Amino acid sequence: MEITVLAFGIAKDIFGRESVQISLGKNTDIASLKEILEEQYPKLKELASYMIAVNDEYAHADIVINTGDEIAIIPPVSGG
Amino acid sequence: MIDILLSTEPLDVSHCINLVQSPECGGIDVFIGTVRSQTKGKQVVRLEFEAYERMAIKEMRKIAEQAMDKWPVHKIAVHHRTGVLQIGEVPVMIAVSAAHRDAAFDACRYIIDTLKQTVPIWKKEVFEDGEVWVAAHP
Repeated sequence: MEITVLAFGIAKDIFGRESVQISLGKNTDIASLKEILEEQYPKLKELASYMIAVNDEYAHADIVINTGDEIAIIPPVSGG
Repeated sequence: MIDILLSTEPLDVSHCINLVQSPECGGIDVFIGTVRSQTKGKQVVRLEFEAYERMAIKEMRKIAEQAMDKWPVHKIAVHHRTGVLQIGEVPVMIAVSAAHRDAAFDACRYIIDTLKQTVPIWKKEVFEDGEVWVAAHP
């Protein structure tokens, strides 16, 4: 399946755009998605940390991604 | 009562305070974040804030709800700005009313500290000679 990964902050600079399309196999979890993203965008590994959000919620590593989920990459936040 | 706002417009400090006023309350604790002119001795030209809007609003509300559960407070307003901010402008403002001041102080402190850790908002510092996303790298 094809998913769209939204990018914010420095992740947008790393991707060079506001979102990217990624092709995933069935039952891909967050941990695997991070591996795939890091392979395509090695600069992600240089970040202090980053989280993945699924449908507006921080997602644990074992959460499985479904078609239609809104996926976003959340680099270290710095609001306030 | 919880009032959450994420806005590209300048934050209205007195409006935010008025929102949490209540006859049952003995006090209002207010935190106002302001844009500082220097970071680590380097002159800042401006800040640029970006948010994952829907999630940011959701996370700000969660924090306010947690504060309501933890302390006997009446009303909470959490307002955050996005876009380009100049030195001295207000990117964030929190107002908490309570019958007694301890709860208001504690809740307000908890809200700003947690907001800085969990709410998906990002700040870019722009200098004369470059720019950096705050906290991005170790």
